[in-house]
Amino acid sequence: MNASLLMSLPELVLSVGAIALMLVSAWGGQASTRLVSWASVAVLIGAGIALMGPASSGGSAFGGLYRADAFAAFAKVLIYGASAVAIILAPRFFAIGSGDDLRPEYPVLILLSAAGMGMMVSAGDLLTLYVGLELQSLAAYVLASFMRRDVRSAEAGLKYFVLGALASGILLYGISLVYGFSGTTLFSSIATAYGAGQSLGLTFGLVFVFAGLAFKMSAVPFHMWTPDVYEGAPTPVTAFFASAPKVAAIGLAVRVAVEAMGPATDQWRQIVIFAALASIIFGAVAAIGQTNVKRLLAYSSINNVGFVLIGLAAGTQEGVAAVLFYLTVYIVMTLGSFIVVLQMKDSEGQPVETIASLAGLSRSRPALALAMATFMFSLAGIPPLLGFNAKLAVFNAAVHGGLYPLAVAGFVASVIGAYYYLRVVKVMYFDAPGEAYSGRATPVESLLVTLAALFVSPVGWLTLGALGVWTNTAAKALF
Amino acid sequence: MIGLGHYLVVGAILFALGVFGIIANRKNLIVMLMAIELILLAVNLNFVAFSGYLHDLVGQVFAMFVLTVAAGEAAIGLAILVIYFRSRGTISVDDVNRMKG
Repeated sequence: MNASLLMSLPELVLSVGAIALMLVSAWGGQASTRLVSWASVAVLIGAGIALMGPASSGGSAFGGLYRADAFAAFAKVLIYGASAVAIILAPRFFAIGSGDDLRPEYPVLILLSAAGMGMMVSAGDLLTLYVGLELQSLAAYVLASFMRRDVRSAEAGLKYFVLGALASGILLYGISLVYGFSGTTLFSSIATAYGAGQSLGLTFGLVFVFAGLAFKMSAVPFHMWTPDVYEGAPTPVTAFFASAPKVAAIGLAVRVAVEAMGPATDQWRQIVIFAALASIIFGAVAAIGQTNVKRLLAYSSINNVGFVLIGLAAGTQEGVAAVLFYLTVYIVMTLGSFIVVLQMKDSEGQPVETIASLAGLSRSRPALALAMATFMFSLAGIPPLLGFNAKLAVFNAAVHGGLYPLAVAGFVASVIGAYYYLRVVKVMYFDAPGEAYSGRATPVESLLVTLAALFVSPVGWLTLGALGVWTNTAAKALF
Repeated sequence: MIGLGHYLVVGAILFALGVFGIIANRKNLIVMLMAIELILLAVNLNFVAFSGYLHDLVGQVFAMFVLTVAAGEAAIGLAILVIYFRSRGTISVDDVNRMKG
């Protein structure tokens, strides 16, 4: 039991920290926001440090319910990092934004969500999977509607809630079928049941489970909530949604696909291939007509999930390593883009979100424009930037897995996506300047955006060796 | 004799009704919350039926967890509904359209 507790130390730190900080925020009220925010970042760092112990190499805890392996640890590092950034970005947005001040519950909700996401990527049993997923989702519904006086934020929360609950219901129905026809909820035993032979019930269960997971990671055809929720939610929350929960949902999907349904690879591969191609093409085509930059980034996230799923479709260790590498690069690019979006404010300090307002940014804020251009080129997958290496890794995995048509189709479709990323660059560099943005970035924001831009720039090639080793170790834990 | 098959058919019908209630409902958001509950109850029925059939307790434990989470989900859903109603003054599904594209 003690060993199990040690292995789940990161989740313990997060949950105890979140509960303690909830008490602090109830006691201190509005005045404690700053304290609770920084304490939450400290708790996330503490959970990250706890990952260095048995939490990253301990194996199974609590009778197989919880997995503490290198795969979970790698995903958790990404999740905790993205959550910390989402907390750091928030105070300034709420201070000048809608008149709705930041309340201390915001960082606490992010902590609870992070604990749920940790459970998701560490799940070794359908029950852990469900509880982790719900903990993450319930906190996220509240976060989406956090600006109570803003109509769009309330509407985003409502849409996210209804469609998210529907997704949980679909996933649960699949879980009940898998449980009924395999007689167990443990991933390892489910794999045995899938290996033993085909049954209609198990196949139905697999389809429902993957449909539910596709909802959570916003893959086509279950993407329809994404643009509305991303547009309506407060920008720091959107940055959070586009990064951490995506890593958790994809990490969970990879674990379910490989550990629980590995013997049924031929069945889920068809679903994953369809979702991958549909996401890439739809994400690229639908983004073309967008005028709101947050909506554009929402379609960009749908598009990127498609590329990640190509890595999963390969179903090999190389494929899983490529998925993790892609996710790492993707969340850095996305968080960087959202920090730039956070700088978009008119002369009265109100946030603006239109792409047209980026016009002439290269003259009014050259450094910011350069950073945004770097992220856009990288998202489009233009060579010297790291976004290209990420795409190359997933295509390589698909080719080595024998999926030539998928790799070619994904490669061709990625060209469509380049159009709208390059349009943003064109607006920033070649359009007549409009009204300049007011305000300056805080030192922390400047530091984060510089680090993100440096990571995706050719300087980031220095990290490729270490990242390759880590992603491979992490992927090996699943096979 | 009522067997496993009967329970599964009822569960499937309830699940389909719930999904249909969310997709086809154009009137009232409260009805959507009811449809979500219906889906979760269909799942619970499945779990308990399988649990009895397999003589395995895990299904019943799972059903307990689902019930608990469903309560939390309903609470959060109603809270979001209240702030939405405060700013818009309506809970009609057709009016949830401030964002499009």
